[in-house]
Amino acid sequence: MDHIILKDVTKRFPTRDGGSVTAVNNINLTIEEGECFAFLGPSGCGKTTTLRMIAGFEDLSEGEIWLGDKPVSIKKKNHYVAPEHRGLGMVFQSFAVWPHLNVFENVAFPLRVKNMNRTDLNKAVTEALKHTSLNGLENVYPSDLSGGQQQRIALARSLVVNPRIMLLDEPLSNLDPKLRESMRFEIKQLQKKFNFTIIFVTHDQSEAMAISDRMLVMDMGNIIQSDTPTTLYNKPTSKFVYGFLGLSNFLDIEVRDGKAYPTGEPERSIPFEIPEEAGSATEGVLASRPNEIKISREETTGYPVVVEKRLYQTFCIEYHVRIGTQSIRVHAPHTNVLEEGSTAHIEFKNPRWYPHESVEDERARVERQVI
Amino acid sequence: MAAIKALFLRKNFSLDGKRIGLDQFLFLLTLGILLITVLMPVLMIVWSTFFYGTAFDYQMFFRVIAQPENLKAMWNTLVVALGVTFFGTLIGLFYAWLIGRSDIPLKGLMKSLFAIPYMFPPFFGAMAWSLLLSPRAGYINRMWMEFTGTRTPLFDMHSLAGIIFVMTCYYFPFVFLQVVSALERMDPTLEESARIAGANQWYVIRKITLPLVLPAIASGAMLITISSLSHFGVPAILGFSNNIFTLPTRIYALIARQAGSFQGIREGAALSILLVVVVIASLYLQKLILKSGHYDIIKGKSMRPMLIKLRGAKLPLLFICLASLAIIVLLPLFMIFAVGMLNAYGLPLRLENMSFRNYTNILFHSKMVRDSIANSITLSLSAGVITMFLGVMIAYVVIKVKPRGKSLLELLSLLPYSIPGIVLAIGVILVWSGRFGLNLYNTLWIILIAYIARYVSFAMKSASASLEQVHYSLEEAARSCGATHLESLRDITIPLIRPGMIAGFFLIFLPAMRELTTSILLYGPFTRTLGVAIYSINAEGRITQASALASVAIMIIFAGHMILKFVTKDRKGI
Repeated sequence: MDHIILKDVTKRFPTRDGGSVTAVNNINLTIEEGECFAFLGPSGCGKTTTLRMIAGFEDLSEGEIWLGDKPVSIKKKNHYVAPEHRGLGMVFQSFAVWPHLNVFENVAFPLRVKNMNRTDLNKAVTEALKHTSLNGLENVYPSDLSGGQQQRIALARSLVVNPRIMLLDEPLSNLDPKLRESMRFEIKQLQKKFNFTIIFVTHDQSEAMAISDRMLVMDMGNIIQSDTPTTLYNKPTSKFVYGFLGLSNFLDIEVRDGKAYPTGEPERSIPFEIPEEAGSATEGVLASRPNEIKISREETTGYPVVVEKRLYQTFCIEYHVRIGTQSIRVHAPHTNVLEEGSTAHIEFKNPRWYPHESVEDERARVERQVI
Repeated sequence: MAAIKALFLRKNFSLDGKRIGLDQFLFLLTLGILLITVLMPVLMIVWSTFFYGTAFDYQMFFRVIAQPENLKAMWNTLVVALGVTFFGTLIGLFYAWLIGRSDIPLKGLMKSLFAIPYMFPPFFGAMAWSLLLSPRAGYINRMWMEFTGTRTPLFDMHSLAGIIFVMTCYYFPFVFLQVVSALERMDPTLEESARIAGANQWYVIRKITLPLVLPAIASGAMLITISSLSHFGVPAILGFSNNIFTLPTRIYALIARQAGSFQGIREGAALSILLVVVVIASLYLQKLILKSGHYDIIKGKSMRPMLIKLRGAKLPLLFICLASLAIIVLLPLFMIFAVGMLNAYGLPLRLENMSFRNYTNILFHSKMVRDSIANSITLSLSAGVITMFLGVMIAYVVIKVKPRGKSLLELLSLLPYSIPGIVLAIGVILVWSGRFGLNLYNTLWIILIAYIARYVSFAMKSASASLEQVHYSLEEAARSCGATHLESLRDITIPLIRPGMIAGFFLIFLPAMRELTTSILLYGPFTRTLGVAIYSINAEGRITQASALASVAIMIIFAGHMILKFVTKDRKGI
């Protein structure tokens, strides 16, 4: 009974000029018991606001939130359960460990609130510290610890009451990359051991994909797509999700007689089957990932391009190649060296077609992100 | 300005690679000025307390402090300081929590009301409350006696309780501002994570919020203690008539009674030492408290803190807030203006009893008043400009040059902060009344020197704050582009700190305009300042005219604040 249900959840914030801005727009979502669910999206997309509504720090403008079979926020009935009565664990991006309490007291805080007796308290805290490899640091103050250790305190503090649901708000963003990876792993291990439900908010695609069983991508307060990481990566339903989940090229194309021509290159079509959902569209976007393009000197069936720029990177060589008036990136292994200025041929392995995004849509998103 | 320009133009200071020339010069110059204006007065106080001529004489000191009147004054000083600190901290905390953490409406209005006590000298408030609650003539007391038919007043403002009340009204913003800014900068997730851990609002306030803002509370409270220990104006207005003295007013009385005789000044100096010891002990205590708990509570993404819903308590609390602010802030201002218009003190506050006669009397028929306004403006402008540049030079030497002896310079420039104004005045008298070949007594110069010494700490602090933000790489970048040391100062550093310099000027100009404590010992027949003029007119019993002049001062100060706001509006904070 540790699933989470969001029904028609909407959140509007008042603006200074007396109007309002919709931060979260009519979200419906069910997160299953024991699942690790990631909220992914650019900053300002509404993912943190959604999490804070689940935690009880923000009131809803519309809709309902249920934790298990217990309603915690129902706007219509003005029903609202305070954060301290929702029985959640939560870890914040800023760690939020209390500087005036030592490690032991930080972790013991939730138990002290409950007036737990001393032996049980000591046992529970020691246990939580052991699981987060903090044993031995009981009497140290947080300011003497590293960022990773502080984040462990926050983890231990939320684990100590053995919560069934854990809310993690960008918990790894303030850590350095190496630590971030090992903490991901540790969080997964802890989940396996205690079998709690996790909601994990992040703006880092690879983090979301690595940690979650299912995830959703949000933009401008809307859920754009929600599925397993594999499906999201391989079958993004929109150009936005495609672009957000990895390196991507978007090649403008024109459709004539069922064939795809790069815009500005009317002579030669790209070998690509226009999907049915394109309908009668005359223009669109061909999306491809740089590492899913084969590039070679030999004249195969590939499409001829000019190598404009070559950049050596640690894991590949990146070529910027010109197709007509457009330019796309290609990642090739270090064994495949081409000269700048030479002609080469490329083959798209797994291209996807998306409708052309209007200029207005794009501008709206850019403005949104600036806010 | 001219002095600095002259320095820039002199080629022998701009020898590239020999920056030590200019820096050394600035160091010696500022050190010299501080030694003469700050250290000499302090040393002279100690010297004249313990030496009679050149003979060591410690008995006078102990005789003076053992006098029952002086012991009583000492006791009163402590009672006032502790009382004001206690009530000021309570009131400041109450408002700070409501404004920083609750969903009470009209926060902007309340915040601007809180800024008003800062603008005006507390002795205006003492005058206003005396108008309302002096035992027989106060308007409220008379209404009370008429209403109840008794002959005992409702409350006697001319008492220790009255002094504590008025000073509390003026000093509680110290705690309020410190705590509200700590609350606003505090990472809200520190409190939210406690809520998630199962704690309710009151538990969070007790166990998380309060301990985290404790350093801010302590520093605000100690600021109140130190200010009220050395405060002169309020006990002078409210205490003299009932023979209630605190150390600062007692020192003034000792000297005034003996008409400036050397014996009076010596006794005043002895009491001054006692006062300084008390203040320094408090400062030391403050340092101890602040050291014990300094937390980094500002981090993470800035998210609005979750405001606590007052629900049913919202309207009653809002009413209490607005009513108390109106009484503390607006009522005294209203009384000053209303009584300033009154034809005679004691008449009912009705329009038919009002005219502008007091204003025409003081402004057009009294040369003394006109002189005092001109004196105050001259003094404040020149003290503002000189002290601001002195502060910039000291801050530059301390922060950028870092010579050996920089800590001495820093110490000397911050020393006046802990010297009560009345004590400084005695020291200045001892140094500049002919003993060292220069008699400036009864001239504006002696007041100017005292103002410079009194405000140099402000100037130094404000200049340091803006200089510290100028990273040294900015100057180095200019040097690497071929600019000389002087050119990089003139073209890079000075322009960058100019807004800070302007704000620093006003930080001196505005309090100097209303200064009373040092001027009251230093003024001569023709060198009264605005504060002294108001004080003495009030002391002569010409209460309506004193109020009229006080309202003129309020308008001048208010205009100064408007200019300051206009000048600094493009910058964040000051």
